[in-house]
Amino acid sequence: MNKRTWLSFPYVLWIIGFTVIPLIVIFRYAFTTGDGGFTLENILTIFDPIHFKALVFSLEIAVGCTLICIILSYPLVLAMRRLKMGKSGVALFIIILPMWMNSILRIMAWQMILSPNGILNLILEKLGMKPLSIANTATAIMIGVVYDYLPYMILPVYNAVAEINEDIIEAAKDLGAGSITTFFKVILPLSMPGLLSGIVMVFVPSMTSFVVSDVLGGGKLQLVGNIIEQEFTKSANWNLGSGLSVFLMVFVMISMAFTLKNDVDGKESTVW
Amino acid sequence: MKKRGVCLCLSVLILAVALLSTGCGKKEYEDTITVFNYGMYIDPDVLDQFTEETGIKVNYEEAPTPEELYTKYKAGSIDYDLLCTSDYMLEKLIEEGEFAELNMADMENTQYIDDRYWNFAKSFDPENKYTVPYFWGTVGILYDTTKVHGPIDSWDVLFNGEYAGEFIMQNSMRDAYMVALRYLGYSMNTENTAELDEAQQLLLAQKDDVQAYLVDEARDEVVAGNATMTVIYSGDGYLGMEYNENLDFALPKEGTNVWMDSWGITADSKHKESAMKLLNFLCREDIAWKNFEYVGYSSPIDQVNEKMDDAQKANKALCPPEEDTESAEVYKNLSAETTAYMNDLWKELKAE
Repeated sequence: MNKRTWLSFPYVLWIIGFTVIPLIVIFRYAFTTGDGGFTLENILTIFDPIHFKALVFSLEIAVGCTLICIILSYPLVLAMRRLKMGKSGVALFIIILPMWMNSILRIMAWQMILSPNGILNLILEKLGMKPLSIANTATAIMIGVVYDYLPYMILPVYNAVAEINEDIIEAAKDLGAGSITTFFKVILPLSMPGLLSGIVMVFVPSMTSFVVSDVLGGGKLQLVGNIIEQEFTKSANWNLGSGLSVFLMVFVMISMAFTLKNDVDGKESTVW
Repeated sequence: MKKRGVCLCLSVLILAVALLSTGCGKKEYEDTITVFNYGMYIDPDVLDQFTEETGIKVNYEEAPTPEELYTKYKAGSIDYDLLCTSDYMLEKLIEEGEFAELNMADMENTQYIDDRYWNFAKSFDPENKYTVPYFWGTVGILYDTTKVHGPIDSWDVLFNGEYAGEFIMQNSMRDAYMVALRYLGYSMNTENTAELDEAQQLLLAQKDDVQAYLVDEARDEVVAGNATMTVIYSGDGYLGMEYNENLDFALPKEGTNVWMDSWGITADSKHKESAMKLLNFLCREDIAWKNFEYVGYSSPIDQVNEKMDDAQKANKALCPPEEDTESAEVYKNLSAETTAYMNDLWKELKAE
């Protein structure tokens, strides 16, 4: 044991340099005023109507995005399991492939698709339908975050579902369960660890994102992330930006703790 | 967003280059200076040429807006030698003592800058002691002549609902309030909160009609036909007209903003000589022309203005008529209270 502890040295250094110290700096900014005095104002400013509204909107986007990702990923994952597509790796590869491309680029592609003269409206026009105006709305942001984070839901859910023993599912069917009952009574509970890590990996980044809303929201809609970004880059109010960040961090931690407490069989999920 | 990507790529590149060059120590440079500028605001060849001619290496950094440039500069993690920003931000930096005094006589090419621009620069650098003009321009409306019904000569088209959902506003605080304040007949440098509140009501009412708030992408959206018109910087307006012949540029009759971007050398710079060499280089006829062609804003250098062809000289975005620049205002640095007040209004507007 002791002989190998030195191997962890680089990681300890990494954690101290890139996690612990930045956190201390952020907390220091969050709890001080511009002149260095202690204050709680930066944290409590989240209850300012403007900030609170952005928080609620972020929550709507994050919860909506997580739910849509769950609904989209289960049928896909079950189909992959049934067709044994995961075995050959092709299906998973196709899902992972877009993640290797820069995410800003992919979001800008959505901007092209959704814009008034974009690809979507071109197709609709060809089909003789009325053009849609999705660009710069909450719908556009939702499409963007779902597209961006869906793979993070599919992968852990697939891993969990693929591990379920076929015998168990067959036993359920033998005992008279229909496919819906089998899903809710067998597959869903058994894939819970994967689902929970999927929720964490989708909920957290969609809650704190700001790039997607910036590009697809046309600057008309603000998530908490946008306000924090603006405080740092434009208003030069790092204390307020840090205060909002700390609030968001604690908020996410609490909601995650709440989610993970319901982990039915107490199995460690892959993320935590 | 585009520029942030470019910025990121550039910083990675700079880091890689820095590591490589210090690591191997193959190439020896006379000196190294760090330059800070807006994105897409210099012809990249110019910097290479400078290094070739003088042996001075240039580390180049970018920021998209004056506010972001200021924040990054003030963060203090990089020692900048030379930086370029806009009038009101220059005024703020000069007030804070961030710039070194320059002896213009040491930079012989600065003589090619017409008096008109030195006078203009006095609005933020009263004695022309700290800054050297780089580009200047106005803010106007870039519009698609095939889509508008009626003349575009007033900010009114952005507020009367006629083009609801078809126009783009600048996603930059000062420019957004400038439009509303001038439309209401107030100064864009007002410190009067009642006037700002009135502008805010106007902008809040306008928001439903705004297609998007953009900065760099605004031009492309009009060029691509996604929007009918946008509030735009004159240089982007000029380039837009180059890309799409149906576009035209208007300076609203209520008056607009005329701005100037200038270079200053930081007071703490340890490479002032080299930085001055670059400043002098940028004012040289051929280099100024190269940058003008790349950037598309109006240059203060005499020879550049003489060299323009007739079409360019007649272009309202490149060469605004004198009566328009006379009625236009330059941004002043607002007091800390007014800036904070405007920040709050802006946040409210964007969150609504």
